[in-house]
Amino acid sequence: MASTSRPARPTTDEPSGRGSEPPLSTVSDEAALRLSPEVAAESLRDYLRAWLLRIRNGDSGMLPVLGGLILIVIIFQSQKSVFLSAANLTNLLVQGATFMLLGMAEVFVLLLGEIDLSIGYVGAVGAVVTVATAAPPGNHPWWIAILAGLVVTSAIGLLQGALVTRLRVPSFVVTLAGLLGWEGMLVFLANREGGKNGGGTLRITNTILNDLVNGNLSVAAGWIALIVAVAGFAVFHLIRDRQRRAHGLVAPPPALTAIRILIVAAAGFALVAVCNTNRGVLASHPLRGVPWVVLIIIGTFGAWTLLLGRTRFGRYVYAIGGNAEAARRAGINLNRIRLAAFTLTGLTAGLAGIIEASRLGSISSDVDGGQLVLYAVAAAVIGGTSLFGGRGKMLHAVVGGLVIATIYNGMGLIGLSASSQYMVTALVLLAAATVDALARRSVTRS
Amino acid sequence: MSLSPGNTAWPANAGQAVGSEDIASDAGGVLLSIARLVKRFGAVEALSGVDLEVPAGQVTALIGDNGAGKSTLIKTVSGIWEPDAGQIRWAGEPVRIRSPKDASALGIATVYQDLALCDNLDIVQNMFLGREYTEYRLLDETKMEREAKATLSDLSVTTVRSIRQAVGSLSGGQRQAVAVARAVMQNARLVIMDEPTAALGVAQTAMVLELIRTLRSRGIAVLLISHNLNDVFAVADRLAVLYLGRIAAAGPVSEFDTQSAVYAITTGTRRESSAEHSETA
Repeated sequence: MASTSRPARPTTDEPSGRGSEPPLSTVSDEAALRLSPEVAAESLRDYLRAWLLRIRNGDSGMLPVLGGLILIVIIFQSQKSVFLSAANLTNLLVQGATFMLLGMAEVFVLLLGEIDLSIGYVGAVGAVVTVATAAPPGNHPWWIAILAGLVVTSAIGLLQGALVTRLRVPSFVVTLAGLLGWEGMLVFLANREGGKNGGGTLRITNTILNDLVNGNLSVAAGWIALIVAVAGFAVFHLIRDRQRRAHGLVAPPPALTAIRILIVAAAGFALVAVCNTNRGVLASHPLRGVPWVVLIIIGTFGAWTLLLGRTRFGRYVYAIGGNAEAARRAGINLNRIRLAAFTLTGLTAGLAGIIEASRLGSISSDVDGGQLVLYAVAAAVIGGTSLFGGRGKMLHAVVGGLVIATIYNGMGLIGLSASSQYMVTALVLLAAATVDALARRSVTRS
Repeated sequence: MSLSPGNTAWPANAGQAVGSEDIASDAGGVLLSIARLVKRFGAVEALSGVDLEVPAGQVTALIGDNGAGKSTLIKTVSGIWEPDAGQIRWAGEPVRIRSPKDASALGIATVYQDLALCDNLDIVQNMFLGREYTEYRLLDETKMEREAKATLSDLSVTTVRSIRQAVGSLSGGQRQAVAVARAVMQNARLVIMDEPTAALGVAQTAMVLELIRTLRSRGIAVLLISHNLNDVFAVADRLAVLYLGRIAAAGPVSEFDTQSAVYAITTGTRRESSAEHSETA
């Protein structure tokens, strides 16, 4: 059995016993446990029952993370009432953008059972390229600058992927070398492009690059974007469910789909409402609207979720992470998929670097890429992505990034020192991983 | 005893084709025919002139002790290793099988002992792995799920609750069924199964044996590699005993019983069958 040959790999769906077949007509509790509620339930009641059963048996999905997030929010709010103000929440989103994007970059390689330790500095190198391309004397337009930065980081990802696949050097070692090497490249480029009086710092001179994070949608545009996004989500799910029913396949109960759409709409409404509240410090200068970066994150999240969930490439990434030998025998070109994944990691890291530069208004050789990459891995793992490959989602990086940003932001507000911030983040990461491990152990024991 | 010499290949005269007259009389004809197949690994000769015929639409069991060359033989047929000498004929035509792709193009599907399934993917995803349907470059899940469902019900696999459950959550017998269904969907005419019941309990074994019978009733030939003689006698139409890289004995299952099969496995020679006065089979 595959599961016994890889004892180190935790699998959520480990069956409780293989001796007996579940009966065809009735769903025993044991049989229901083996299924995700999605596929087992045909009514909302069935779904809730299956869901509760799974939670009781330790397979709680993202529940502990969301519970933890709410707990953290309550703690910070009780300490500092400004924490849940519109201004701070918007600021928190902006701070979290880099973690979320780097986390999403990491998910591609984590799903393969690989790791990329270099993305912090790779992203910074991309940011330097973008900022320098848009700065004098070139003064290239913003989109050429962004394109240049992303091409460079994608190429770096491709190069590291090639070393991993062709020379069979472990990705840990290749990207550890990258962590050191690209920091060197960052210092070199920042000192050269930053000029004599720049001191290794490049200021963003292009307004659009600056506005990626600091610019806002108008109030009306924010609401319109929300309506378009929710409508798109709803139409996609309703059409898919109808198609499945038309072909005689099991579809989620309509009430469940309706609840999902409502949750997305409510979350989106809260987001836009918070961002559209005036957060200006001066009464004469109102500041409101959804920051551009929120759209960038949602767009990246949507595109990468589609890529992983609905294309052959995505399917093969999961297959390789689950059982590389099975994927090879199925005729999948493992090296091509791995190369593409490393390239996408580089591309997404480049985007994260550009966003970070836009947030700071500049990029310098001081970027702590080592810490950023650890936050990126932490974000993905806190959200629920496995370090052993085959299990994870882009959503995990977004939620995990949000958790880290919340801690980072809240502790800053309370005025805790950097040393305690690091230690608390470490504890949260350990707690998330422990909850996950304990939950899995209780599943396999039962 | 009425053993014609043509039914038996002794180690001494392994160059001779095995049981050809006997098979030719069957309705399906010979699907796969192997002659004087040799495979060496350095100085070790794993196969030293194997002759084997697999008739269409029948279950042929390949038995033999550890190290007899069973795995080497099926890996050669499924294109993992190229033989050093000998000939393989497929439906009468001489063929060369250089890669697993060649084998599956001919209609040979191999279900290995480790099954080669991805535990983290669901049944449909595993069955279509590497051959997904797409529509506008996006996966056409509806079409794949429909076909997977049809294939599974055609094979009378009804114990899985949902074909959207992860393969890691299935029982051993169900996993075997998914692997076989995957092979059948590739329009296989010969399914090679390597120790399909080795890790299974009684109920699961019965399910897999039933699956083998279903394959046969669909006109698909099965080459079954097994250590378990009970299973072999329960489903096989023909038996071939491999001993130290040669076929020691081969013929319809009615010519063997457990004792004569064990004798052939352990000594490499064929003894007068005691089938007439033994009920052990």
